[in-house]
Amino acid sequence: MTSSAAPKSASVVPAIRMDGIDKSFGAIRANRGASVEVMPGEIHALVGENGAGKSTLMRILGGLMKPDAGHVEVNGRDVTGWSTNEAIAAGIGIVHQHFMLVPTLSVAENLVLGAEPKTRGIVLDYKHAADDVRKLSNETGLVIAPERLISDLSVGEAQRVEILKVLFRGARILVLDEPTAVLSPPEVRELWAVLRRLRDKGDTIVLITHRLDEVVEISNTITVMRAGQTVARVNTSETTPAEIARLMVGREVSLSAGKRVQPSGRPTGPQPDKGLEARNLIVVGSRGIRVIDGVSFSVRPGEILGIAGVEGNGQTELIEALAGLRPVFAGEILIDGTDITRRSVAQRHDAGLSHIPEDRQRRGLILEYTVANNLILGVQKHFSSRGIIDSTRVMENAMQEISSFDIRPPNPVLAARALSGGNQQKVVVAREMGREFSVLLASQPTRGVDVGAIEFIHQQLLDARAQGKAILLVSAELNEVLALSDQVAVMYRGKFAVVMPAAEASEEVLGEYMIGTKKGNAA
Amino acid sequence: MNPISFVTQMIRIAIPYLFAASGGVVAERAGIVSLTLEGFMLSGAFAAVLGTNYSGSPWVGVLSGVLGGLIFALIHAVATIRYRADQVVVGVAINLLAIGVTRFFLKLFFASSSNSPRVAGFGGNINMAGFDNPLLWLGIIVAPVMAFVIYKTPFGLRVRAVGEHPDAAESVGVSVKRVRYAAVALSGMLAALGGVYLALDQHQFTDQMTAGRGFIAISAVIFGRWDPIRAALACLLFAAAETLQIQLQGSHAIPSQFIEMIPYALVIIALAGVVGRAVPPAALGRVED
Amino acid sequence: MSASPLTEAKGVQSTFTTAPWRERAEEALIPPLVALLVALICGDLLILSYGQSPAAVYRMLLEGTWGNAYGFGQVLYKATTLAFTGLAVSFGLRAGLFNIGGESQLAAGGFGAALIGLALPAGTPLILALLVCMIAAGFAGGVVGAVPAYLKTRFGAHEVIVTIMLNFIVLALLNWFIAGHLHVPETLHTPEIHAGVLPRLADIDSRFHGSAANLALIVAVLVAIAVWFYLFRARGGYELRAVGLQPQAAEYGGINVNRVWMRALTFSGVIAGMGGINYVLGYKHYYEDGFASGAGFLGIAVALVGRNHPFGVIIAAFFFATLSQGGLAIHAFVPKQMMDVLQGVVIIAVATAVPEVRRLLRGARGRSDA
Repeated sequence: MTSSAAPKSASVVPAIRMDGIDKSFGAIRANRGASVEVMPGEIHALVGENGAGKSTLMRILGGLMKPDAGHVEVNGRDVTGWSTNEAIAAGIGIVHQHFMLVPTLSVAENLVLGAEPKTRGIVLDYKHAADDVRKLSNETGLVIAPERLISDLSVGEAQRVEILKVLFRGARILVLDEPTAVLSPPEVRELWAVLRRLRDKGDTIVLITHRLDEVVEISNTITVMRAGQTVARVNTSETTPAEIARLMVGREVSLSAGKRVQPSGRPTGPQPDKGLEARNLIVVGSRGIRVIDGVSFSVRPGEILGIAGVEGNGQTELIEALAGLRPVFAGEILIDGTDITRRSVAQRHDAGLSHIPEDRQRRGLILEYTVANNLILGVQKHFSSRGIIDSTRVMENAMQEISSFDIRPPNPVLAARALSGGNQQKVVVAREMGREFSVLLASQPTRGVDVGAIEFIHQQLLDARAQGKAILLVSAELNEVLALSDQVAVMYRGKFAVVMPAAEASEEVLGEYMIGTKKGNAA
Repeated sequence: MNPISFVTQMIRIAIPYLFAASGGVVAERAGIVSLTLEGFMLSGAFAAVLGTNYSGSPWVGVLSGVLGGLIFALIHAVATIRYRADQVVVGVAINLLAIGVTRFFLKLFFASSSNSPRVAGFGGNINMAGFDNPLLWLGIIVAPVMAFVIYKTPFGLRVRAVGEHPDAAESVGVSVKRVRYAAVALSGMLAALGGVYLALDQHQFTDQMTAGRGFIAISAVIFGRWDPIRAALACLLFAAAETLQIQLQGSHAIPSQFIEMIPYALVIIALAGVVGRAVPPAALGRVED
Repeated sequence: MSASPLTEAKGVQSTFTTAPWRERAEEALIPPLVALLVALICGDLLILSYGQSPAAVYRMLLEGTWGNAYGFGQVLYKATTLAFTGLAVSFGLRAGLFNIGGESQLAAGGFGAALIGLALPAGTPLILALLVCMIAAGFAGGVVGAVPAYLKTRFGAHEVIVTIMLNFIVLALLNWFIAGHLHVPETLHTPEIHAGVLPRLADIDSRFHGSAANLALIVAVLVAIAVWFYLFRARGGYELRAVGLQPQAAEYGGINVNRVWMRALTFSGVIAGMGGINYVLGYKHYYEDGFASGAGFLGIAVALVGRNHPFGVIIAAFFFATLSQGGLAIHAFVPKQMMDVLQGVVIIAVATAVPEVRRLLRGARGRSDA
């Protein structure tokens, strides 16, 4: 492990010290001799790719699980294997990536849950609880009304409640797990202000993230993890994003992931009746809100349209509507000139639509089915005659896809459950791109996938583009969108805020569209 | 038909439902499916008769009845909470087990396949119409008390949290398992009280004497949308229909079988969302974690 | 397939591979074996509480069930009904749906068979009569099964509650039909059917004399084979199992989930309804109020112990039928009520074993997404 750590004065006790941590889940070794050291009063970034072991390490710190081996010390005290209650009592507060809030209860109820104030020992003192919330709100600047139901809050507001929750219990060491994944840039800046305020007050903050720009912006020190191990501990001021990236993946990585110059498969001349087209799409969600509010675009054959934007602005719903998984309130969807708006999923497949879903485990795969059976999901009727499935052809198809897409382990009768995330995604990609299609919807195609598989999938997308397919790409990774797309659109609150050629786009240019301060040329 | 006698009979019929439904509400709110109320009730009834028979005192019967329900509730709790067995399957099994166990011990202790000897009960003064039975009064207040517990106490808050979002509760140090154990145990004891009332009121235990009352109770829970007071009102509604049918027995206006169907039909209608949607607690029946 | 060594992909996450068949076989077979073990232990305790010797009682149980033709015939008879209800429940479960309505579907099926049987003229050829009656039985069961199916697909109503409620409603309705109009005086059954009569096993092999076993069991086996073929070889079965395992992925794959649910619950009802022919056409030759008693709920146990597989269901049906008949055989020494207890214990044991075995075999399912 390389370390250019700041010289530690022997008298200052680390707020957190974990070393030699092992943790396995069955055959998956999430932590292998991992370690981390955080000094009091600093903002420490814990970085690594998906699957590096960051969350597991922090969950062990928070008492949510016990390590198989290793030591945990908080403020000098050995606390290895403690419970969540002990951790909370000692001032550890974890703000989870997926909010741990009960939607049917109010802010105050969520805050006091587990530590309820009582009158006369039995009755819950609601007034007291509300007062406590208001007091803390004012102290920290995280303003939120105690009576509001969680289900009525926005994502940013809910996160505020999560942070209040840990502060309410006296947390002095906060661990935030990917807090900015669902925030817009101004909300991120607000969060930084809060974190800096807390740090100046003397609190210690650990930020789990894989976003290098955030790391550089906000942290004092960094621990880099890779494959369950700690590979480096550095001061932020003494390193660069490129170096951090190299440590994260173990080799040189092109950060801007440059525009790959490939001959575009786009045929010359206008092709009005080909590709994917959406006209004035309106999709209504729960409570009557328009989650897609009049979106129009066209993707021509041999073109990739990338949709950027903070998650939660309608991207998921747009893909679902295009795929047939969500009803359209108004507007049309056309594939190669045919109106498919009212058609079922199966009919859209027949019309030439393929879809790589953003949630492979829930949507894209049946984990209990074999790889071979997963490879025919959606096209099973082409593998059956007179209602009976032809298992020989299913196997042939499986062997072929497994070798073309390098799916490991290369065993067609293995349950999909047994594959790693990257290989599971390859099964989905193999299936969706291995069949006849003219339009591909790719939603978060490389999420949770290891670097090697990411490059493979990117290449597949570019190859498809070269073959003249129309591809709609949605990704939360701006770099991915910029690297692969011909045209880039930004989605904000259910509308396209702007559409521009990728050559003109960059994070600075797109950022303001992403937060809605700028409105562009899209309808 | 005398309105007063109608009301008093209705209340008497409703008592077992009120006990069981109140228990069902708290267990389901905590996320555990409560198809077991029938089995809890039956075991409570038998245990009550057993205790009363050997001690001579109905109060001992109450205690043993509650204990009987508690034992079955703990079996249900351990299987579903500790071992994460499917709650519906275990629910059905508990009901079958209760029938089997009560039959077995009926034979063992009382050498009969159908009924126990007669035992003492509460009250008995005809002029009091059953209101000299302390269990009846207990049954009347159990629903408001349960409402208080669920909405006004920390335990109730935890129950509601655990039934909607157990991970959130766990993350703040609330032991989901412990809350659920408590809720199921409570449901077992309350439902058993329903059986105790039934058995002591009839002064004996007969094979399968609960005759589906536990399912009427769960119907009340669903129809009352998992709220104790609404569930109690549903219990009264069902009891009213039953009373009507009994008092109209002579006239063949509506066949008794159709009156029997009313609670079940009402639940189906409620589930179909015709009278507003019946949305259960989000974590109900989920075997994750 | 031989076991492949653990491999690590790109050093990020290890894959978890063992021989897939063995893994699934273990997960499938261990719980029922656990059930058997628990039944034996529990049985021992209950028998001892009566001051009897377990070994002697078990021997008597086996002699009274599998040891003589009459006893075995009774086992066959009971297993037949349980096979039908077990297949019905397991078929629904394969689609992710819990059909608790076996009681009423079975009764309705028997009722339908009886009605048609009574309506047929006496000279109808046997094969035709049987066919028509069986179709009627299946149809009646299917109608009852279609109600929760419709309510689920149209309103999202949970089928567990609907089927339980419907049990009461349908049974009350059937009771009203019989008590009001169709019964032979002093009884609660219909007049005897002459048209569609399933031959008893005793008619074929006289050793079975006196037992209720009849050719309905052949129908049960045929239905089991049909269910197996549909589930594991047909495209419809691929889609049905997909819906049961991962409905969102099935929807994404173009499968019409609602239609699958509709089909699955309705056919679950059809299968349960057909079970009615065992009693009505093969045994008593009339419909009797309450003949179904308990078989629907036991069907759940049979499906569970049979691990929702058609052939497992047949075996499990035999197991529970043996317990039931065995209770009668040992009644002189230990009350048959002991079997009621054993039934409940076995179900709980298997229900508990299934997730526990899965957990142990797969290692703790961790939240290792960091």
